[in-house]
Order: sequence, then structure tokens, then C-alpha cells
Amino acid sequence: MVKDGCAHVKPAAATDLSVFLLVTWSLWWQTGHEDHVGPDPPRIIFSAGKALHRGALGWKAEWLLSIIRLLRLSPTLDGLEVSVALKQGQVTPTELCQRCLSLIKKTKFLNAYITVSEEVALKQAEEAEKRYKKGHSLGDLDGIPIAVKDNFSTSGIETTCASNMLKGYVPPYNATVVQKLLDQGALLMGKTNLDEFAMGSGSTDGIFGPVKNPWSYSKQYREKRKQNSHSENEDSNWLITGGSSGGSAAAVSAFTCFAALGSDTGGSTRNPAAHCGVVGLKPSYGLVSRHGLIPLVNSMDVPGILTRCVDDAATVLGILAGHDPKDSTTIQDPVKPFTLPSLTDVSKLCIGIPKEYLTPELSSEVHSLWSKAANLFESEGAKVIEVSLPHTSYSIVCYHVLCTSEVASNMARFDGLEYGHRCDSSVSTEAMYAATRREGFNDVVRGRILSGNFFLLKENYENYFVKAQKVRRLIANDFVNVFNSGVDVLLTPTTLSEAVPYTEFIKEDNRTRSAQDDIFTQAVNMAGLPAVSVPMALSTQGLPIGLQFIGRAFCDQQLLTVAKWFEKQVQFPVIQLQELMDDCSSVFENEKLASVSLK
Amino acid sequence: MAAPMLRWCCPGRRFAFARVGCGSCHRRGPPTGSTSNGKRGQSTVAQQPHITAQKPRKGEREWAAVVGLEIHAQIASNSKLFSGSQVHFAAPPNSLVSFFDASLPGTLPVLNRRCVEAAVMTGLALDCHINRKSLFDRKHYFYADLPAGYQITQQRLPIAVNGSLAYSVSVGRKPSQMVTRTVRVKQIQLEQDSGKSLHDDLRSQTLIDLNRAGIGLLEVVLEPDMSCGEEAATAVRELQLILQALGTSQANMADYEIQRQINELENGGEILNETRSFDYKLGCTVPMRDKEGKQDYRFMPEPNLPPLLLYDSGSLPPGADPQQVIDIDRLRERLPELPRVTRERLVRQYGMLPEHSCALLNEVGLLEFFQSVIKETRAEPKKVTSWVLNTFLGFLKQQNLAVSESPVTPSALAELLDLLDRKAISSSAAKQVFEELWRNEGKTPAQIVAEKKLELLQDLEALEQLCRSTLEAHPHVVMDLKRGNPRAINKLIGLVRKATLGRADPTAIKEVLERQLSS
Repeated sequence: MVKDGCAHVKPAAATDLSVFLLVTWSLWWQTGHEDHVGPDPPRIIFSAGKALHRGALGWKAEWLLSIIRLLRLSPTLDGLEVSVALKQGQVTPTELCQRCLSLIKKTKFLNAYITVSEEVALKQAEEAEKRYKKGHSLGDLDGIPIAVKDNFSTSGIETTCASNMLKGYVPPYNATVVQKLLDQGALLMGKTNLDEFAMGSGSTDGIFGPVKNPWSYSKQYREKRKQNSHSENEDSNWLITGGSSGGSAAAVSAFTCFAALGSDTGGSTRNPAAHCGVVGLKPSYGLVSRHGLIPLVNSMDVPGILTRCVDDAATVLGILAGHDPKDSTTIQDPVKPFTLPSLTDVSKLCIGIPKEYLTPELSSEVHSLWSKAANLFESEGAKVIEVSLPHTSYSIVCYHVLCTSEVASNMARFDGLEYGHRCDSSVSTEAMYAATRREGFNDVVRGRILSGNFFLLKENYENYFVKAQKVRRLIANDFVNVFNSGVDVLLTPTTLSEAVPYTEFIKEDNRTRSAQDDIFTQAVNMAGLPAVSVPMALSTQGLPIGLQFIGRAFCDQQLLTVAKWFEKQVQFPVIQLQELMDDCSSVFENEKLASVSLK
Repeated sequence: MAAPMLRWCCPGRRFAFARVGCGSCHRRGPPTGSTSNGKRGQSTVAQQPHITAQKPRKGEREWAAVVGLEIHAQIASNSKLFSGSQVHFAAPPNSLVSFFDASLPGTLPVLNRRCVEAAVMTGLALDCHINRKSLFDRKHYFYADLPAGYQITQQRLPIAVNGSLAYSVSVGRKPSQMVTRTVRVKQIQLEQDSGKSLHDDLRSQTLIDLNRAGIGLLEVVLEPDMSCGEEAATAVRELQLILQALGTSQANMADYEIQRQINELENGGEILNETRSFDYKLGCTVPMRDKEGKQDYRFMPEPNLPPLLLYDSGSLPPGADPQQVIDIDRLRERLPELPRVTRERLVRQYGMLPEHSCALLNEVGLLEFFQSVIKETRAEPKKVTSWVLNTFLGFLKQQNLAVSESPVTPSALAELLDLLDRKAISSSAAKQVFEELWRNEGKTPAQIVAEKKLELLQDLEALEQLCRSTLEAHPHVVMDLKRGNPRAINKLIGLVRKATLGRADPTAIKEVLERQLSS
């Protein structure tokens, strides 16, 4: 049952080991570039039918439905209140927007946002409101506040990648995913913080400073800390969010928006989602357009989705998925809107537990929750089997070569000529390049550029890059073999442990941290598979722990269906931030809001 | 049109020196003006690795020049190779630049189908093997007019490989002694052009124009099978003709460029000696060693473009929309007649000399002009050939005009040749009529002949009369002739012609004069 709805697109035959490309399309240009000179940039226009897929419901009902779904975990309203308020016309997109803006201000110290686009959001809210009054809502996301990681191009809004290199850079175009969200009427609250050019796993290495994990200030965590009678100053002991999409994860976790875009190259969406207790989805490579996403590793980057429940992630994915004429690596097959069924019977499911993921570094708490989850599936009738992904252990070192090589290439464009930072020196073009790049990039970026260029040198290419590509193919084949053996979904930890304090985290350098933290997430990017991190429970310290589900390529819907079932079973608690936002306390205490089951 | 239009630039012209056994052509002793040719030879052409092994002493060995070429032909397409910006000449600087062309972060390449078709057609015309799957690579180097810091090209698996290009060169003194030579085509690859740097020395600034950045180029790599600049120039010219035959838009521009390039190639003898390469960006020659030895392009697969898949009628996926795939067989059917075939046909059909068939093809539009004249006139093809190649082309060259700019239409020339053919006018009168036609005053050849009274004297009696009176008026010339000076008759013929106002056929005059003198 859950297998239905998979797009029937298969990756290229795995015979050619020397060349790794995730996708080979047989009819590869279709709507591509046919030598017609087009307006630049051509606007993406949605057909009127697109928003009508739930046509049986009236517009008002449509709005209500989406608001009820998306506001289920709102700190300011519970479902019933929203429903009543909407029926009476008491809650409008503008009010919703203002509430989120006020939360953004209150949580400013989290450093989740680099840019808050207040004026833009309010204007969009006003327009959404007009549409609702006329009964012409654009769809599920009309009037819903969202946030976007600051490595997606946003027309007219500064896009920095948390780097001096792009400080002050205002793109003239929207990333396809941003445009799709805006076309659905979503309100863009702002651009979220990250590691410089998404290189990191803590959201600690950007020029705007580290992002603080909202859970550092939660009732759950603080109470546990008191019990454990720690004497240190609490404020200096805040936790990292994970990264690199930490700003997006914190923004969703702290209720400042309902969904946020992250990017995921080695786990950058799933890792902070796990640490911040939210859902983090990395779609199949090729399902969602990368056009406008400032690249880290083109062959692994995927726009990620962070939400407070699986259904919301599915809703957003349904809007983002599909071919983009501007991204030749997106699938050609049309993608139908996602509507997740509520799974009641998991007895036909086969869950794989990769044995290689049981590493010595895995914390005992995560380990025990992982076992608990496996037992949960088994007790409900699913087949749970141990599987082997023998090449996974090579993933990190392989990633290091491929990532730095693509980074070296992708960063070559930042020369201070067309856009971005330019140094004052005008001795010569070469001197200008050197100074611009030295001033513009941090040590992490410069280090990766240096090693990447080393791997790409003629004398090293065969020994490093080509070998890494071959290893990548082996890693990808591991997954293919496991799925061919009948496994539907893999269940793994997302992170080694819960979030650690910042002071702890910075004891190791960025490279060591990235290598450690991407261990469970990165192989998925190598293989282009969909994966989702779902928060399962709180640790003994009162911090969220997430588990990861990995699905077959382009079977994102199946993956999310399983994730939704799991989410319903585990009843992950809502973050309680009442000390932080005391005016909202009555709502936070309403434990009923923990439910994310919508149907 | 999928017509490849040439913009010649040879950043990587490949010269090398190879030792030859029998010295078929070329110099003895090491080339002058250089001390490390062997080393350079090795760095540029891998096929002659043995050169480095020995350091020949002066005059000890025999050397032959070997010329290989990398030719960049600009594809005539409406939009650029990977973006939708327009391809247009002489547009204001930076007016044809998309976000992708300016390498704005986050932009991605989208391959232009038209450029792929042009590459496939060129590959077919050069008897290449067309790769059913080809790949794109990034070639990295920092240059102010290369915004992304890399060029997208096809280094590992190009679209076409292993072809050949046949060209004819004249050997010896006579132009009619033509020999066909063949140069192997190593590969044809699709790649992006760079932008343009304009150096302002006065203010020591460099200004960048990205209009050209991202325009599709065909890089045709010729193996080092040519032995001198002249051969190379001929091969390049032949390639240009082939590319033009595949579609001829904007070919005028190309003419200028090819001439510039040919001049450079012919000066190539000198360049050769110094083993320098012409850097079209700097606009001067630079030692090859620098470019090849120090630069590492750090090639990498382009991750944003899936493999380029091509099909033939056998491999076409069932149910595929023909608009959505490239079918090599369909492109093959669309191939026009290639220059070599055209020349053979001209020789066969009109009995013309091979060099004349070459000349007809070497000028854009000249062949079409010739064929139009042939169609409309009764004159012999040989006559037409001679008139088109000598008179007509001569006038064009003199005024530096293209065929399309000619004031004389094919019909007018055809009519003129008809008059000549039925001996209504003399050859010299025909020249006069042609000059009049060139002035383009809207008159037909017949009108000009009538106005200028150029029709040949048809009245034989009148001619007899004129001859007789000429002989009587110039007794000393007659005496001269009778004393045994045979050239004196020409003077008499000239005098009679003058008297007829040039309207009499000199052969006829000569006949009459000889008869009268002998009687």
C-alpha cells in the first residue's frame, strides 16, 4: 500500500564506476533550453489547477483546514481557538504574521535570523488577507509564515551565506523553491542563520555568530539541570542547534514560523532538526530544484524542509517537488501533490537496521531509543531485520574529497568582480583576487578550497577524486542492494547524542566536528536518497533526540508515511518556553498540543 | 539556423617539431631563435615523446614542423550554450548577460538543444564517430572575463571523435596541380566562450564585457598531421566552408575573421620557429611553455548537467516525442551537400578545372551566383566560369564588396553573356557593358549596347571598305609588314578597330586584311 505513489524514475545503471552522476534522464531536456531567447529571469507561473487539488472543499474550508493543521502546535492558539477565531474572522494572516514577528523579536538572542523581512512579510500578509476576503486563497500555504536559510537566493532581500564574501549581496532573483512558496502565498519572515556557506555542523561558524538552541531555555531542560544540581552559570551554558541549517531549525522550534527551508549536503537539515526537536526532511536528489540554492556540493545538495510535524513537511514537499526547467538534474516525471495516508497497519512493512550504524561513539541513550523504536515497529507487526551497508565507514573520508573538490570549484566565482566583497587593493587583478578571497572567506572555507584544489590537481585527480567517486558508487550500491532485498525503509539514529553546550562544541575544530556529526546522515547524500529525522523523545537531560528514516530514491511519500506513523506513536512533547515568553504560558502548558495526528 | 559561424581563435594552437626520416619538406638543423624546442614539443603534443630524450646538436638532425590545431568556431544560435540570453553582435556592452552568464551564485546551466544539433551535424560532416553519451567538465582558471572561475567544456568524453578533414593543396608551380591531403579530427567538443577584457592602459583599468560570455563554441581539435602554415590555413579554410555549408547565417563576419586567422597562420612559419602560441585574449603570441607547463586546469565533472544522451533510429526510446530527443539519423538526413562533393560535381558537370571549383566555393554566395547565371544563359559554362571568376570577382575584390552587395545581378550577366555568345558584341565591348552595368544605372545590357553603339559591325562590305582605306592611309606600316615584321599586322588591326569604334571582331578584321594584302 505504501509503495504506491513512488515516482518511477531510476538512477543510471551502476556499471560505470569512473563517473558518478546521480541521475541520467532518458528524455533529458523536454522543457529545457530550446534555443529560444527568453525573458530573464522567466517567472514561474503555476497553472490555476495546481492549487485546486482538494477541490471538494471550499476556499474558506481550505484555509481553515490548513490553518488548523499548521497551527496545531502554535504557541499562541490551539486548534480549537484558531478554528473559532477563523470562523468568526478573528484571526487573519496579518495577525498571524504579527504574532510571529513579535516572537522573532522576543527570541532575537537565539540568533536564528540574519535578516528579518518584516515589511515584506506584512505586505504579503495583507495580500493574503485580501485573497481570503475575496475567497481566492492560493492554497495550503496562503498566509502561512515561513523562513528561508540564508543560502537561498531571495529577490530584493540580502543573501549572505553568513559570509563576509556575500555581505550586502542582494540577489535579483528568487530560488525556485522560494518562488514556489511565495506563489502559494507563504509569508517570508526572514533569512535564517547558518555556518558560513553551510560548511559546518553546529551553526557556530558564520560571521553573524552562533545560533542558540531554543531547548537551552525550555522548561524541560532547565528542570533537569536543576535536578542534576549543576552550579555553572546557565546563560553561558546554552546549547548548539546543530547545523548547518541551525537557524531554520531554531526558527521552527521557537514557533517564529511554521516551516523553514534548510539545505542538506551531508546532514545539514536532519542534524539540527534532531537537536531542536523538529522534523527535518531531506528529499530525494532531483526531486526538488536547486536553482537559487547557493551550492556547497552540487551533486549532493538538496533543499531541506524543517517543520513541527511530518504532515507539514509533506505539504511543503508537495509544493516544492517537481521538474524545474532551470535545474537540469530535476526529475522529468510530473509529481502529484503529496497527501499522506494515515497508516494503521505496519505489518507489511520491512524496516532495515544497518548494523554499521552501531558505532562506539553512539551515546547509550540514543542507542536505547533506537532499539526502542525498532521494537515498536516489531511489536506492531512490521518485519525488522538487520542489514549491512559495508561501505558506510568510508563515507566520511570519501565525502571529504568530493566535497572539498566541488567547494574549490564552486567558490572560484567569488572573485570580487561581479558581486560580493571586493578588497581595496588595486595593485593588480591577481592581488585583488587574493585579498578579496582572504578577507571574504573564513578559515573553514579557505581550508576546503585549498584541499579541494589539491585533490583536483592533474597528478592527484586519479588517486583522490576518481577513487572517491568509485567509493561513492559503492556506498550508493550498498543502499540499492539493501532495498532490493525487500527493505522498505531504514531506521537509524540521526545524531550520536543530544545537543551539546557551545563551550563543549568548540573544543574541536569544524572539520573534526563535521566528520563526527555527519556520520549517520552523509551516506544518504552520497546515494541521493530521501531521509527524514523525526523527534522521538527527550533525553534524561530533557533534550530532544531524533531518529532517521531512509527511503528508496523517489519514494519520499512512502518514507513520510512511515515517519508519520512513527510520529504518532511516540508523541514527542512540545517544547515549553514559557519562561522565555511568559505571556504565552497558558498555551505552552496545554499538553494536548503534543498531538500531531491530523486525520 | 544551426549554422556554425566561425569566430576564429586559437588559444591552443598546437605546434610541435618532429624528427623525420626523409625530410619530405622543411628545414635542416634546429629551428632558429629557440633553445628548447624539444622540451616544448613534448609539453604540447604527447605523440612525440621521443623528442625530449635527445638534445640534438646544431645541424645534426633533420627537423620537420608539425602543426596541430584547436579551432574554436562560434555556433550560430539564437541563445547562449547554457542560458537564454541572446547571441547578437555589436550590442552595447553587458546588455546580453543573464544571471547565469554573470555567474550569480545559485544559477545553473541548461543546455541549448540547437548547439547540440550543430555539434552533431559538424561531427557527421567530418566523418566523426558521434558519442551516444557525452559528458561536460569544468576547466578552472582565474581570468577577469571568466566569471565563474571555470569554463564548461567536454574534456573526458566529447560529443564527437575520430573524424577526418580532407583538403586540397596545390603543389609545385601550377595551381592546377592539386593534391588531396587529410588531417585527422581528434574530437569535437561543446564549450562556453568567455567574456571580453578591454584594457584601458591610460587609466590602467580592465573593463569586462560579458556579452560573449557563455556563447556556444565548437572546439574542433585537429591532429598534428599538417606540416606547414599553408597546409594549416587551407585545412582551416576547408573547415570553414563545411561549417558554412551546414548553414550560412552571418558568414560575412566570418570572412573577416578567417582572413585574419589565415594571415596569422601564414605568418605561422615564424611563429613555428619560436614555438609560440597565439593568445587571442592578449592579442599577441606567448611562449607556449608558460601556458601548458604551469597551468593546471583542475578538470572536474560538471555536476549540474546530466550526461548528454543522443539516439539513432535504432536506439530511440519507444514512444519518445521526436521533439524531445536528438536523433542522429534525422540530422544526417538534413545534412546539405558538402563542399568537397560540390566541387567534384562542378568539375564533372561543367568540365571546369579543380582550382576554379575551389575559387567558386571560396567566396560566400559566389557559387549561387554562378549557378543562377548558368541557368539563364546559353553561353558555355567555361565562358561563364571565366567571367564570374575573373571579371565579376575582380570587380568585387577591387571594391571590397561581398557577392550579396554586387550591383550586377546574375540575370544581367547572363544576358550580357548571351549577347557575347551570339557574337552580337565583342569581348572588349562586353567588358565595357559590364562596367556600365556595375555603375548600376538600371539599364539592361541590351540597352547599354544600343546606347553606346557597341554591337559588332555585321556589314562585311563596310568592313572591307574600312580595311582598304586603312591600308591606303598607312603605306609605311604595310611596308614594314612586307619587310617581314609580323607584328605590324596587329597595328593595322588596331587601326581598323579604331575606325569601327571597336565594333568589329578583330579576327574578322585580320581575315579581311590578310586577304586584301595578299591579293
